[in-house]
Order: sequence, then structure tokens, then C-alpha cells
Amino acid sequence: MMVPILKQGDVLIATIMAALSDEDMRQFREALLDRVVTSRATAVIIDVMAMDVLDSFATRTLREIAYMTRLRGAKTVLVGVQPEVALTMVQLGLHLEGVATALDLEEGLAYLDRLNRRR
Amino acid sequence: MALCQVRVPIDSDSDIIVARQKGRALAAELGFSPTDVVRIATAISELARNVLSYAASGEIRLEPLNGRNGCGIAIVASDRGPGIADVDRAMQDAYSTSGGLGLGLPGVRRLMDEFRIDSAIGQGTTVSAKKWCRH
Repeated sequence: MMVPILKQGDVLIATIMAALSDEDMRQFREALLDRVVTSRATAVIIDVMAMDVLDSFATRTLREIAYMTRLRGAKTVLVGVQPEVALTMVQLGLHLEGVATALDLEEGLAYLDRLNRRR
Repeated sequence: MALCQVRVPIDSDSDIIVARQKGRALAAELGFSPTDVVRIATAISELARNVLSYAASGEIRLEPLNGRNGCGIAIVASDRGPGIADVDRAMQDAYSTSGGLGLGLPGVRRLMDEFRIDSAIGQGTTVSAKKWCRH
């Protein structure tokens, strides 16, 4: 399962289209970090709207992506966490500290726009 | 309603997805709310991953339940792995011997209504978790 990564200006947009196995998730992490380096992107938006489950492994991998991206000077915004998924994550005890979130792709782009204008 | 139990062998990480998709379908058919369906699918995901990381292989069994207070679902994760040396510690948040987050078992207990571990060193582990429909 490949995750398409598109570039729009300085922003990379990765849309996860279906449930990913642990191995797919690891490959996605490597592919995304690779693109962050080669494209000199300043921000990454990860759309998880199609993910019906964000368990401890998926959450940890997303957190790693955000942290590694930050070390490259780019920001990560997670968008599209479904309400049922959010509830379950809280109950499970999962945290996404240090990862910015927005309702959907549009809000994510607007958030990055506001950040850029403040600079 | 005659829903059958489902058995999913867990041998690789793609089996985790198969198990939780089957669990999701069964839970939806049993009439669980969308939030409970996600809770059940997430619990299956955590238990199946435990089977893989600690025992390399095992099985997830999903059973429709008919209790006094209505219907429910049981998730039974069993393996013939090394067993859990200290079940009390395994149930503590942030305790892990596999390098994970250590939220698997205590997290599953929070997501489900009933929870039980049977483990014997050198013989394996069986975790059963139940969730009841609320209408």
C-alpha cells in the first residue's frame, strides 16, 4: 500500500488512503522523510481521515515522523482524525504532543498560512 | 441472529488488519455504536500486535455473545509464546518488555468492559476481553 505524497509549494501533503500494516507504516515514514530532505519542504500535512484505527503503533510512528521532520526544520500537521478515533486514542492513553493538528486538509493549509504570515 | 465466531490466525502484521476488519464487521452487525466499533477494532489491533511481538504467532478469536443484558462481543487472543512473567506489571501503564509504548494491555482494559489474562510461563498467554452493547 503506497501513500501518495504530493508537493504544493513548500508543503508536502501525504494522504493515507486505507488502513496500513505496520510494515506499510514504516515504509511510509521512510518515504516521507526522504521527500522532506530531497524537496526541502518546510511543512508536512498528513491526512489520516481514511484511517479507521489509530493504535499505539500508528500513533508512535506518526509522532516519530513529526519529530524527525522537526529536526529537518519542517513542521508536521496531522489532519482528519475521526471523532471516534480521537475518543478511542484518549481512552487508550495515546498522546500526540508536539504534533500540530487541524480538522481537515483545508484547515491544515490555512494553519500553515497563518504561521508563515506571522514570520 | 445467528452470527458465527471468527478465527483469525496471526502470523504477520497484515493479519492484524484482517483481524480488526473482521472484528469491525462483526461489531457493526451486532449493533455496536460507531465509537464502540472503533474501540473494539483498536483493542483487537493491540492484542494482535502483542501476539506477534511476544509470541511471533497465535490466534484471535471473535465471538458474538448473548448475555442477560443483551448482546456483546468477546475478543480472545491466544498464543503459545513465553507467557507473561509478571501479569500485574504488564497491566501497568508504560510498562513494556518489547520496546513498545506499554499501553497495549492496560489500554485494552480501558476500552473494553471485561478483561482477563491467563498466562503460564513457557506455555503461552490467553487474553479475553468483552464488550457489551448499550442501547
